[in-house]
Amino acid sequence: MRRNTFVQTLAATALLTGIAGFSGFAQAQAPVDLQFYYPVAVGGPIAKTIDGFAEGFMKENPGIKVTPIYAGTYQETIVKALTAHKSGTPPVTSVLLSTDMFTLIDEDAIAPFDNFAKTPEDKAWMASFYKAFMANSQTGGKTWGIPFQRSTVVMYWNKELFKEAGLDPNKAPTTWAELKDAATKLTKKDASGKTTQYGIQIPSSGFPYWLFQTLTTPNDAILANDAGTQVKFDDPKVIEALQFWVDLGKAGIHPPGVVEWGTTPKDFFEKKAAIIYTTTGNLTNIKANAKFDFGVGMIPGNKRKGSPTGGGNFYIFKKSTPAQQEAAFKFAKWVTQPERAAQWSMETGYVAVSQAAYETPALKKYGQDFPAALVARDQLPVSVAEFSTHDNQRVTKALNDGLQAALTGTKTPAQAMQDAQKEADRILRAYK
Amino acid sequence: MRGSPSAHRPSHPAGQAWLLLMPALLVLMAFTHWPVIGTLWHSFQSTPKGGRPAVWVGLENYQVMVDDPVFWKALANNLWFAGATIPLSIGLALAMALWVNERIAGRTFLRMAYFTPTVLPMIAVANIWLFFYTPQYGLLEQVSSALGFGSHNWLGSPSTALGAVTLVAVWKEAGFFMIFYLAALQSLNPSLREAAAIEGASRWYFFRRVQWPLLMPTTLFVLINCVINAFRMVDHLFVLTRGGPDNASTLLLYHLYEVGFNFWDTGYASALTMVIIVVLVGATLLQFFVLDRRVHYR
Repeated sequence: MRRNTFVQTLAATALLTGIAGFSGFAQAQAPVDLQFYYPVAVGGPIAKTIDGFAEGFMKENPGIKVTPIYAGTYQETIVKALTAHKSGTPPVTSVLLSTDMFTLIDEDAIAPFDNFAKTPEDKAWMASFYKAFMANSQTGGKTWGIPFQRSTVVMYWNKELFKEAGLDPNKAPTTWAELKDAATKLTKKDASGKTTQYGIQIPSSGFPYWLFQTLTTPNDAILANDAGTQVKFDDPKVIEALQFWVDLGKAGIHPPGVVEWGTTPKDFFEKKAAIIYTTTGNLTNIKANAKFDFGVGMIPGNKRKGSPTGGGNFYIFKKSTPAQQEAAFKFAKWVTQPERAAQWSMETGYVAVSQAAYETPALKKYGQDFPAALVARDQLPVSVAEFSTHDNQRVTKALNDGLQAALTGTKTPAQAMQDAQKEADRILRAYK
Repeated sequence: MRGSPSAHRPSHPAGQAWLLLMPALLVLMAFTHWPVIGTLWHSFQSTPKGGRPAVWVGLENYQVMVDDPVFWKALANNLWFAGATIPLSIGLALAMALWVNERIAGRTFLRMAYFTPTVLPMIAVANIWLFFYTPQYGLLEQVSSALGFGSHNWLGSPSTALGAVTLVAVWKEAGFFMIFYLAALQSLNPSLREAAAIEGASRWYFFRRVQWPLLMPTTLFVLINCVINAFRMVDHLFVLTRGGPDNASTLLLYHLYEVGFNFWDTGYASALTMVIIVVLVGATLLQFFVLDRRVHYR
């Protein structure tokens, strides 16, 4: 009868809400407001891509108005989101660190996605993500976060410098022994004995615990239990991993003291570091700025292989209206569809969140032309969850302080980890 | 108005005065006094989490503070930070003001150059300094290696991190305080200088016996601001060191931010706020009532 389905829907909604009163009618005509906070943690035109997604989504869903709000770093974004939550008007949805899950649950700030997954199609979507990413998104049998800008730590190496040092430029070190050996050969000193080029650089400012997991995981140690109530910093395998990191510095093949996260890609461009550990999220940045041939490889193993996942999930805030929460669910679902996830991965370097995304023609072709983009995916089967507990930031700080104390030589690795364990036990005693 | 003389002699002078003070007072109450009282109240309560409301815990938050090694570290760091920034930035500001007060070529340009750090946002400044301090190819490294010194990780080693962030603060503040000194210098009576010249006083003598005493009110004002800033300036820490390595450059306000907005422990954060308030009010009162008496006002 009526050809225009849009008018039909509008009329139907108006009729339905009309029963609830005239004010409801006025609201139904206005689009559902979907405020969406997102952080930017890596180089590249993130904001442009996000705005493009928002526009595309609104075109297909005229009843929803998405307002993406750039909220700073991850840390600044959670501060803004939680402050807004405490004042009663949180964003409807936000991309926040997957490790913030316990904090957000403890603050009673978020609603699980299971509440909105009603159709079998919704449920299939929620099961479509890589298991490694879901490890940080589920607890107590519920799904609290949907993987979006997820990453993992990988190794980048400068093929030119490998050649100069007499190493095979196409073969990256795969074990700790090989890493140490290559790094020694890659370290250069000038006439006065000053190091001009370090073999290996693992940053340790800001979130050293995450980079530390690239050493504890290969050493077969897991730092926290799944419930987020118990940590194992004083495990001999953890101390051994820290000792390895400290020894790289002592051997003069890794920069001394605390290495800045933000300048590490630049150190790589400037050829001050031949091998660096950093997030896959930096891939596009490095691809654009490195003026030499570089390789991307999995993190070298020791007792096993492995690296932590990282990055951000979508969360839905509980205090927004049911209609807004539904809209947020729809948006998260729309934006993580294989084609979009593939586009996002190509534009940023983040790992596409589902197997299906890697099977899209676009990403398949990209992977063939630029195999480095597939390393992170191939590493996922051995990846572990990023370190996260209840009262996460405080426990993490205890670990970070310990790591920095050991790296700067103020404490021995064993002492530093035992102190961090004591502090973490004290903080976590309330959650047992 | 009851009668014509009342314009000069209001029948309730106090009432009228209060009425005139009201707008300012209300704003002050709402945004300064009330939050202070609210913070004091919160500092005696536990932190509400999720469904659990806050409960009265007495002095427990203060007990936590006494046992918190990071608090003591931050306090010690802050005293060092204040001890270095205050004399350095005042001294530098005075030197710069005396310099650009002279009739020299390019005076306007110099004044502008000295004032530039003040107009730049601290976060931008810190991002620039981050690359100055970068090991191996940072500006500082290039200079020191050209002079034949070894490489040093300024922000990444505990012995230099605090010094490095202090230097940024001094650089940022000195230009701002220079403006006050410059204004004060220009308002000095030029006949004093002429008199001193006729008497054959040296420039140092003229500064020590004439300019410096006459600048004392400005110095007091600058000093108060400087002390407050020493406890208030933490923006650059977020970019440069995040309080690290291992809390080597943590300042009180940064620690307070971490406790309040990273750990969401509002109870303890309130207790820390009270300490900062007490320190600042104490310092200000000391300056007003003790130093003020020694200041020569014209």
